[in-house]
Amino acid sequence: MSIGTSDVAAAHEEVAGPVIEGRSPWALAFARLRRDKVAMLSLAIIIVIVVVALLAPLFSAITGHGPNEQYHTANALSPGGLPRGPSGEFWWGTDDLGRDVLVRTVYGARISLLVGVLATALTVAIGVVLGLTAGFLGGLVDTLLTRLIDVVLSVPFILVAVALVSITGPSLSITVLVIGFFSWASVARIVRGQVLSLREREFVEAARSLGSSDRRIMFVDILPNVLSQVIVYTTLLIPVVIVVQATLSFLGLGLPPPTADWGGMISEAQSYYTVAPWFIAFPGAALVITTLAFNLFGDGVADAFDPRTDRLISQ
Amino acid sequence: MIRFLIRRILLGILVLWLITMAVFGLFFVAPNNVARTMAGRQATPQTVELIRERLGLDQPVWKQYLDFIWKALHGNLGYDYYYQLPVTHIMAQALPITLSLALGASVIWLIIGVTNGVLSAVYPRSFIDRGLTAFALFFYSFPSFLLGLVLLYFIYYKLTLSGLRWFPPGGYAPLSQGPGQWALHMILPWLTLALVLAATYTRLTRSSMLDVLGEDYVRTARSKGLSERRVVLRHGLRSALTPVVTQFGIDLGQLIGGVVVTETVFSLPGLGKTVIDAITRQDLPVIVGIVIFASAAVVTANILVDVAYALLDPRVRLH
Repeated sequence: MSIGTSDVAAAHEEVAGPVIEGRSPWALAFARLRRDKVAMLSLAIIIVIVVVALLAPLFSAITGHGPNEQYHTANALSPGGLPRGPSGEFWWGTDDLGRDVLVRTVYGARISLLVGVLATALTVAIGVVLGLTAGFLGGLVDTLLTRLIDVVLSVPFILVAVALVSITGPSLSITVLVIGFFSWASVARIVRGQVLSLREREFVEAARSLGSSDRRIMFVDILPNVLSQVIVYTTLLIPVVIVVQATLSFLGLGLPPPTADWGGMISEAQSYYTVAPWFIAFPGAALVITTLAFNLFGDGVADAFDPRTDRLISQ
Repeated sequence: MIRFLIRRILLGILVLWLITMAVFGLFFVAPNNVARTMAGRQATPQTVELIRERLGLDQPVWKQYLDFIWKALHGNLGYDYYYQLPVTHIMAQALPITLSLALGASVIWLIIGVTNGVLSAVYPRSFIDRGLTAFALFFYSFPSFLLGLVLLYFIYYKLTLSGLRWFPPGGYAPLSQGPGQWALHMILPWLTLALVLAATYTRLTRSSMLDVLGEDYVRTARSKGLSERRVVLRHGLRSALTPVVTQFGIDLGQLIGGVVVTETVFSLPGLGKTVIDAITRQDLPVIVGIVIFASAAVVTANILVDVAYALLDPRVRLH
């Protein structure tokens, strides 16, 4: 009688209790993340923000106010032309031009999330490719790329970004490009550092002896090994990018008006902060809640992938 | 050590040179109509051409660049387009304000960050630890312009309304008006910068302190019967501060060009505000001068940090 694998497993079970399944580091990380209450709550908040942003036209339909429509009724602007506070018609009050702050804040979420995701993706893409190349190829390529990283990291980012956008004129794609162009260096530096030690490992030697090309070794053999670090960095980069975008907008270099975005709204509200605090409070709170949720979630992701790392919110 | 220093400085100069090229190329090559703007609406093409010539904008870019570098090496960063003031003069007026802001804020954030970090590390996973880290993360998530406005609303406006006219809404009072006035004008900007930046330091101090407190020599110190206070502050904190000092050097260098937002919110005419104003007027020499100066600050700070590191850890010098 031949012994099937199931018999062996059953035999093991009798001796050692339930079979111990091997779990990949990824599965372990996800399991840890799912148990992390703060991270899960933050994720829920992020999902709500994303859904609200997607459903922005719904808010417009319910209130009957377009994001850029100006109202000059008594409910929208005081006789002196000042913004009006929250009311039955304008739930979150109005801005200096008699526009609905609620509808504009909801539409603003689209810009923040869009720029946050696109600029982060661009940053990480450039950083990973250049970091991999520098670390793996070494030699002159590495020297040149490392110098380039030094240069980019020495640039006073906000100053140059503001000056640059003032030349090109503000637009969504310029904002994304500028952020990506000046932020990739730190990603590249992290990836390069990892690759420097990975390329000396046996599995790279093995791949090479099997005849793999440099490009294949870089992207198929090495890249998956730096991926967890990249993912952690990416989640923590999104809130930073959202703040940078809002800052550029605040300095008048975000998106051309009348597009609603949080930084721009707060900038417009600046001169009314004493008479119309709601005009700052709602887009401001939206901005802080979004970045806080992303930061908490990113912190949880970092912890899930490497439980030894120090985290800001300890469990 | 001397060789390390020389190599590091040469690298710094190389980086700075590349930045001047990039910045110059970017701003001077990009189409700009500053001559048009200055000439006014009814100007003839001849007038515009004359202004271009006077500003040196009719020269080929490489010639403008060499000219710029040559003068810059002699301490002359050119003249602003509108009042013909030396850029160095404009910068000299703005620098004390930016320095007041950066240095004052750095004292506050170091105190908050290191104190909170040490407390968190001494009582890890306690209520204090969680509270302090939540505090740090909360402010870390605040964009500085928003925090500035919130502080203005509650600490300037609300206090003034209730009859406490303690803080001005913005502006700068030079030290010559007395240190009291100067500090009153700076407190809100300092807090704005410091609260946002303190988070990084809380986190850094906490993790490095936790590492150090697990070391053998700390156990030795405890077993000698030293008081906990002495163990933490004397034996622990001293070596835990190394990464904090490194980060501090880097941040301080970045701050020279990074206080744009705070200066804008509180109408402080420092370097950042000067750039923003220059940008709206397309005053290229001022923009280029300040951007290059701010980059030089970053490069210098990085060299100082590396040197400090090399002094502390001889292995660094070999690489």
